[in-house]
Amino acid sequence: MEQLASLAPYVLILPLCMFLILGLFGKKMCPKVSGLLGTTVFGVVSVICYYIALKYFFSGDYQIGETYQQVTLFNMEWLRMNEDLVISIGFLLDPLSAIMLIVISTVSLMVHIYSMGYMHGEGGFQRFYAILSLFSFAMLGLVVATNIFQMYIFWELVGVSSFLLISFYYFKHSAVRAAKKAFIVTRFADMFFLIGILILSYYTRTFDFDKLTFITDGHVDAIVNSDLRTMTFLGFPVISIAMFLIFLGGAGKSAMFPLHIWLPDAMEGPTPASALIHAATMVVAGVYLVARLFPIYTFEAPHVLEIISYIGAFTSIFAAIIACAQTDIKRVLAFSTISQIAYMMVALGVSGYGGVNGLGYTASMWHLFTHAMFKALLFMAAGAIIHAVHSNEMDAMGNLRKKLPITHITFLIACLAIAGIPPFSGFFSKDEILVAAFETNKWVFAVEYFVAGLTAFYMFRLYYRIFWFGEPEGGYEHEPHEAPLNMTFPLMFLAAVTVITGISWAFGKLSFTELISSDFTGYEIHTHWNIALPSIGAGVVGILIATFLYLERTGRPNKAVSYIKKPYLWAYNKFYIDEIYLFVTNNIIFQRICQPIAWFDRHIIDGFMNLLSWVTNKTSQETKEIQSGYVQQYAWVFIMGVITIVLLSINL
Amino acid sequence: MNILSLFVIIPLVMMAVIFCINGEKKSLIRTIMSIGGFALLCTSTYLTIQFLELRQIDTTSEFLFTESAMWYERFNIHYSVGVDGISVAMLLLSSIVVITGVFVSYAMEEKVKEYFLWFLMLSIGVYGFFISLDLFTMFLFYEVALIPMYLLIGLWGSGKKEYSAMKLTLMLMGGSAFLMVGIFGIYYNSIPEGGEGTFNIQEIAANVQALKANGGDISWEYIFFPLTFVGFGVLGAMFPFHTWSPDGHASAPTAVSMLHAGVLMKLGGYGCFRIAMYLMPDAAQEQAWIFIILTGISVVYGAFSACVQNDLKYINAYSSVSHCGLVLFALLMMNKTAMTGAILQMVSHGLMTALFFALIGMIYGRTHTRDIREMGGLMKIMPILCVCYVIAGLASLGLPGLSGFVAEMTIFVGAFEHTDFFHRTFVILGCSSIVITAVYILRVVGKILMGPVQDKHHETLTDAVWYEKVAAFGLIAAIAAIGMAPLWLSNMIGGGIENIAKLFTYGL
Repeated sequence: MEQLASLAPYVLILPLCMFLILGLFGKKMCPKVSGLLGTTVFGVVSVICYYIALKYFFSGDYQIGETYQQVTLFNMEWLRMNEDLVISIGFLLDPLSAIMLIVISTVSLMVHIYSMGYMHGEGGFQRFYAILSLFSFAMLGLVVATNIFQMYIFWELVGVSSFLLISFYYFKHSAVRAAKKAFIVTRFADMFFLIGILILSYYTRTFDFDKLTFITDGHVDAIVNSDLRTMTFLGFPVISIAMFLIFLGGAGKSAMFPLHIWLPDAMEGPTPASALIHAATMVVAGVYLVARLFPIYTFEAPHVLEIISYIGAFTSIFAAIIACAQTDIKRVLAFSTISQIAYMMVALGVSGYGGVNGLGYTASMWHLFTHAMFKALLFMAAGAIIHAVHSNEMDAMGNLRKKLPITHITFLIACLAIAGIPPFSGFFSKDEILVAAFETNKWVFAVEYFVAGLTAFYMFRLYYRIFWFGEPEGGYEHEPHEAPLNMTFPLMFLAAVTVITGISWAFGKLSFTELISSDFTGYEIHTHWNIALPSIGAGVVGILIATFLYLERTGRPNKAVSYIKKPYLWAYNKFYIDEIYLFVTNNIIFQRICQPIAWFDRHIIDGFMNLLSWVTNKTSQETKEIQSGYVQQYAWVFIMGVITIVLLSINL
Repeated sequence: MNILSLFVIIPLVMMAVIFCINGEKKSLIRTIMSIGGFALLCTSTYLTIQFLELRQIDTTSEFLFTESAMWYERFNIHYSVGVDGISVAMLLLSSIVVITGVFVSYAMEEKVKEYFLWFLMLSIGVYGFFISLDLFTMFLFYEVALIPMYLLIGLWGSGKKEYSAMKLTLMLMGGSAFLMVGIFGIYYNSIPEGGEGTFNIQEIAANVQALKANGGDISWEYIFFPLTFVGFGVLGAMFPFHTWSPDGHASAPTAVSMLHAGVLMKLGGYGCFRIAMYLMPDAAQEQAWIFIILTGISVVYGAFSACVQNDLKYINAYSSVSHCGLVLFALLMMNKTAMTGAILQMVSHGLMTALFFALIGMIYGRTHTRDIREMGGLMKIMPILCVCYVIAGLASLGLPGLSGFVAEMTIFVGAFEHTDFFHRTFVILGCSSIVITAVYILRVVGKILMGPVQDKHHETLTDAVWYEKVAAFGLIAAIAAIGMAPLWLSNMIGGGIENIAKLFTYGL
């Protein structure tokens, strides 16, 4: 305990220092040095994270029976609002944060290594590493937060590092536009998050997670002991409103419909950044948020949880359909990410609490883990491919399996994993999600089952288009060749993780359900073959269709599209959601709200002030004639005045 | 001698010295200004440390370092000074803005001597206002701070400078007319038994409390509170009295914009708090709703207006309307947390708006345009200035780790303590400003700093020189320091707030 407590601060301090050093002095360093420095230091951070997480899971010191204990390694007062509400910066260790530490440190370290090759020779290399350090700092701070406000602080910081990385190529219009969009959309969601926090904390008088999620007799103490229990607003329980607002914050970061529009555009950033931020870590923050507050959701706001499962289900199928029609490989992966994160949300939405009831919770977190590994792998492989062919478009690729052998094999492994083929890791986590959905809500299950097949289809469409299908028309300008070792090593490492976690699960060496569960108490489950087999079937069917259409260059894809022309166009144009947003922001907010307000200010309010001065001016212009200096005039006025007064006094 | 008087004496000595120097010796004048500015910064830092130490020992008295001397016996006017945590924070802010303003003015070549003389006069007014405990001296220093603005904008400004200078001065003078009525109203009601009135703030506050406790007549508060609040509200850019701000800032020279938006506008908030609300708490509580509506409008209205402006200074001026609106809005929430947030917001806004105006001045000095449609891709050409601008923008939109976040969050948490529908609606309206702020900040950042280079002539421009770096980095350091370790400042301010917050029903 003491040992971990003394190590824990370094998890945050080291990346922050790296950010400051690289940010302030990076320009003076040679790029190679800054890259190596950043990677080495983050390597140390990763080792510490692993050590903390493994010690926590396996040493047994933190368990009572089968139950993992929540421990606060340190907690430092940062800002005191009033007697009860204190924002601290601390380190909360429980299975949830421990698993996130592993995910973040692994992916981030791999991205650090990978970027040395991928970003080689780019301008702003040091800046890239500086922001990468900032992001790692923020993301680690987010997952170890001891209170919801600390989470909000780091939540905003990951948002800004995402902004800085998307706008990395700041001289490109598209990158700037994408960065702005990402920041503003997530900020819009954060506003709801903030209001949710304000409501929740006002009534419960605390920000701390350990108080907010403390349960006795199937109720959350902090809620039950406050006015929130009975309060309603417009007929809805206030606690449900608050929890829904908090979920909206998560929905913004995790790109749930209809706040998903920023994520595909965010692919304008460098590919390693996409792999780290927009595939593996930051975008799952919303899932993490719901998981962190899960006791409140499940006990006090079950209806919100139900809504979450519906939003998740809709988003997953919506994004999967769009992914089938995209031609930019990074965008396919982006929509796939949206769909998979929605999968995790669904799992949380259908989950109960405690033991096997909490299967959805476990499955969600493990899908988060496995997805982070194979999706980061997919993105980095995509980066290697883009490096080789200098284009994001599928049309510029094809038949690359011989030219990029390592990328090919690792990409295939990741595709199999995401398609849910055993024994790769994705199969197990996805299967548990389907089981949990099946037991709670058949409709959601049906949707997710269909999405599973769809996922296999679009991933293998992608795979075949890149590695088979036939060379692009006109061949390659430069012969594509395999990426250097510092780029392929992360691919191999992540592929190994994907395979090993899958296999060790299959042979019972690693039991996810013992490590993570909704009440932190381990339980046992068995593979449900009645659901697993059909789900494998769906995956295989998806793969077969993709093989049929895309294995070789034939007229089949075009023919298939011609049957579903309209829907295809809709999916290709992402169902025109971007256009709707554009209309609302440009035509309504800017032209119907901002412009009139600005006009009103300049012409009415300011006009009134100018009118005042004009009136004053005019009056003095007119009245100054009175003081003309002509004695005759004065005498005339004087006499007339006397006469008037005399007449008036006679009358009186 | 009292340390507080130094804040008036140092600038006075500097004025005397500069007055004696030949106006041609520009670099000598600049050196004297830097030394003097640095001396002021040291004094305020020393004061802060001393204050924090003394506060540990003396926890009861409301003001520390107090001193009082009879000035004009006929009306019982004193030169009386003293500080609490709030004034110390404001003095520190003023010193930082003054010294950075001096560095920003290094490039000034025209009538340097006269410029700095008026500049010093402005700072005397500001410092004097924050240290005073006497209504009349406060008002006097307030006027001392206002008048130089007219000359500074009218002579050294740009664009429609005569119009702007006239507008700004007349509107603020209009405000001080209300204020004067308010202050004399307070003076004549300050002694309940009749007899000679008092201008001393502490005495008045005690008398008003005693009067209320004895069931005396406090109906006068209801007349003079709105007058005083509006009087200061004009300077605090409260809707609909804010229109001097865009024109005034747009025409003012850089350092004057900095000092004006950074410090002078804070006089408004500080006055509302120290005079209007402290001396007339009952009327404040009754009439708060009117001003909550007005300031609530300010917050959103300023932000929306900023979204469509094309002049950098207009954008920042409207953004100031929004941020300063939040200051008054938070004060009117009348509890300790929100009021602490208000003062934090004053400090934070002072620093970041000074940084903004400094950077806008530097960019304008190079590109000779402030129209965002005529600029683009400056990041590539002058990276240091542009990174500083991005940081200023991030501070303005409330990024954690920079000062804006601390202030805004304290305000929102504090404001949420009111449970009624009216307050809640306006707090949520206020929260929405964090999104709109992001829109207009990113619009500017995306347009002028990022993207392809718009104007080929801009490609040869140079990056910041040493004195510009000193100014920008100094302000950024202060913003980041508050943003990362806000606890000491928040506690120091909170200590001062308590004395006033306890007058209100839900104050503590």
